[in-house]
Amino acid sequence: MNQLTWRQRLSRADVKASPYLYISPFFILFFIVGLFPLLYTAWVSVHQWHLIGGQGDLVGLTNYVDVLQQPNFYKALRNTFSIFLLSSVPQVIAAIVIAYMLDTNLRAKTFWRMGVLLPYVVAPVAVSLIFAKIFADQSGLVNAVIESLGGTGIGWHADPFASHVAIATMVNFRWTGYNALIFLAAMQAIPREIYEAAIVDGASRWRTFFSVTVPMLRPTVIFVVITSTIGGLQIFDEPRMFDTLGQGGPDRQWMTLTMYIYELGWGAQKNFGRAAAVSWLLFLIIVAMGLVNFAITRSISSTAGKKGRR
Amino acid sequence: MRAVIRNLAAVACVGALLTACSSGTDTPDAAESTGAAAAPDAAEKVTLTVATFNEFGYEDLIDEYMELNPNVTVEHRKAATSNEARDNMNTRLAAGSGLADIEAIEIDWLTELMQYPDRFVDLNSPEVEGRWLDWKTAAVTTPDGKLIGYGTDIGPEAICYRSDLFEAAGLPTDREEVATLLEGDWDTYFSVGKDFVANSDVAWYDSAAATFQGMVNQVENPFENSDGTPIPLGDNAEMKSLYETVAGASSTDGLSAGLEQWSEDWTNAFQNDGFATMLCPGWMLGVIEGNSEGVEGWDIANVFPGGGGNWGGSYLTVPEQGPNHDEAIKLAAWLTAPEQQIKAFESKGTFPSQVDALADPALLGATNAFFNDAPTGEILADRANAVAVQPYKGPNYFALAQLVTDALNRVDVTDTDDIAGSWDKALDAYDALGLS
Repeated sequence: MNQLTWRQRLSRADVKASPYLYISPFFILFFIVGLFPLLYTAWVSVHQWHLIGGQGDLVGLTNYVDVLQQPNFYKALRNTFSIFLLSSVPQVIAAIVIAYMLDTNLRAKTFWRMGVLLPYVVAPVAVSLIFAKIFADQSGLVNAVIESLGGTGIGWHADPFASHVAIATMVNFRWTGYNALIFLAAMQAIPREIYEAAIVDGASRWRTFFSVTVPMLRPTVIFVVITSTIGGLQIFDEPRMFDTLGQGGPDRQWMTLTMYIYELGWGAQKNFGRAAAVSWLLFLIIVAMGLVNFAITRSISSTAGKKGRR
Repeated sequence: MRAVIRNLAAVACVGALLTACSSGTDTPDAAESTGAAAAPDAAEKVTLTVATFNEFGYEDLIDEYMELNPNVTVEHRKAATSNEARDNMNTRLAAGSGLADIEAIEIDWLTELMQYPDRFVDLNSPEVEGRWLDWKTAAVTTPDGKLIGYGTDIGPEAICYRSDLFEAAGLPTDREEVATLLEGDWDTYFSVGKDFVANSDVAWYDSAAATFQGMVNQVENPFENSDGTPIPLGDNAEMKSLYETVAGASSTDGLSAGLEQWSEDWTNAFQNDGFATMLCPGWMLGVIEGNSEGVEGWDIANVFPGGGGNWGGSYLTVPEQGPNHDEAIKLAAWLTAPEQQIKAFESKGTFPSQVDALADPALLGATNAFFNDAPTGEILADRANAVAVQPYKGPNYFALAQLVTDALNRVDVTDTDDIAGSWDKALDAYDALGLS
């Protein structure tokens, strides 16, 4: 090997080490506020641990076994996924449609585009207060309309499914516009020539939408689905503010997993060990969902790739 | 992978709070030693913080205290709600630092703090002996005699009623006659209710859970034995019978409006004649007045089923972790003296818990125009003296009371379960709590 000068070595080290140095602030911060608490939570989850009393005996996996035997854990799991599906699916569809509308030649474009973002600016707690008036069981707006049309009011705070619909409505109100803007940005990146070619070929508006716009949006759809999966599985503010007690209803009709963690750790039991165990279970569920998403993403992108090659 | 990293960060939010607990034990001692060193020099400047919530009526009093004691500067931290104050209290108590020198606590979360008396300074002193109603002091005294809080206000309960709805249903309207009519136990209250609903479309009371709470507060050991061990809910015949009484009166007899207190429907019900009576502690008067704008006919009767009952009220505590124990105790004792509490009552209507204050002419002369000029001061002072039982509320009181409240709400509010089925669910939930 030929000898390098000091300067050459330095520049070599610079090339090799500098990138790591530049990204290190994120990772240092992540280790302090991300990884350490994560591992500490695992440590807590194998102990008896009281909110005020602190650390107790090492109990192994007892906390996990305990929560997995509690019917409330499964209720929380059911509610979380139900609210997640009821909010994410209509949200993505509505957002694409709204984005498509906004992408056409509208007058006062900026006004409309800003308009769809407005609900996102409203704090979730304020949204909950507004929707509390809409979805009140006896005196709410929706039930008043239903009853004036001759129907019977829906028990928004009684029936699990109805409560999920109401909560999902709040989530959709807040996030649809936000996602619509993301889709709009992606739509504007679609080359106009493709549309022109489709129109020349005699494609209708619907046909261009389904055969050009939607397929070209695929990466963005995946991005939005992943972010809303993460957000949806951690939903807390809206269901907690859905009634005054914030426990998810007398029969835990709308208690989500994060609310369950809160109830275990800060509620009546003050049992941090169990709360930490559910935190870890939620983490594993989200990782699993992330992997599913990842697999779907790969299969979609590879089929898209094949089509491209053909 | 991005998704995973974001999840890691999210779980960290829970973790970050957990890490605070580990350092909890050593800090107070360090703080104490510096405090002891500072104490002897009386003229030394001291800054005290007082943390309260809602309205304690302390603004003018604190100014007055600083004038009387030029070396003391008092900072007043006010939380908007008691829940906010409770979260703050729990978190900082666990962390071992960050609490104010004087922390106000509410009776509802007192029980969970009573398990950790060593986190609070013993406030016993001859000066304050006999200052409060016995049951008020008993609740903050540990089994070995340590006093961890000075009483501020209480919530003696009377019955508030709508005289216009009473008249329409053929019941007496005068508050003395109503008091005579309802005099007796809960069965009397419910049976008058049955007469009422037979002649009216309006419900008798607002909520089964709120009524149940009034009944529980008259039971000596509602959910736990006096040594702190829980009474298994399945063996708790007394609670089961109370539950069945209230649930039956509410759903079978139709006495309840089926509302959850503080909910949107409950608030609106004041405007559209939702119910004719409710259990009302002193602080509820303002709530009723606020919700019933434009509605006339509310009155208050000097009676409570089964004698007396108390709902709510607060204490001032001195956390062990603060540096200025002596000065803090002095201030807390001054703030909770009868003379000062009367001023707080005049300013914000907080009903005093001090024996002397209850006999004060300023209190006894107080009337409330909204409640048909009722002598509320006199009525509530009577109700405070009628409280006979201070229920034992141990470490698991909150959790256990919640089980029954949930069961009642399933029957009364959401109407999703029948009385027996809902109780079975409460028993399942009891098992899930994992109490030994």
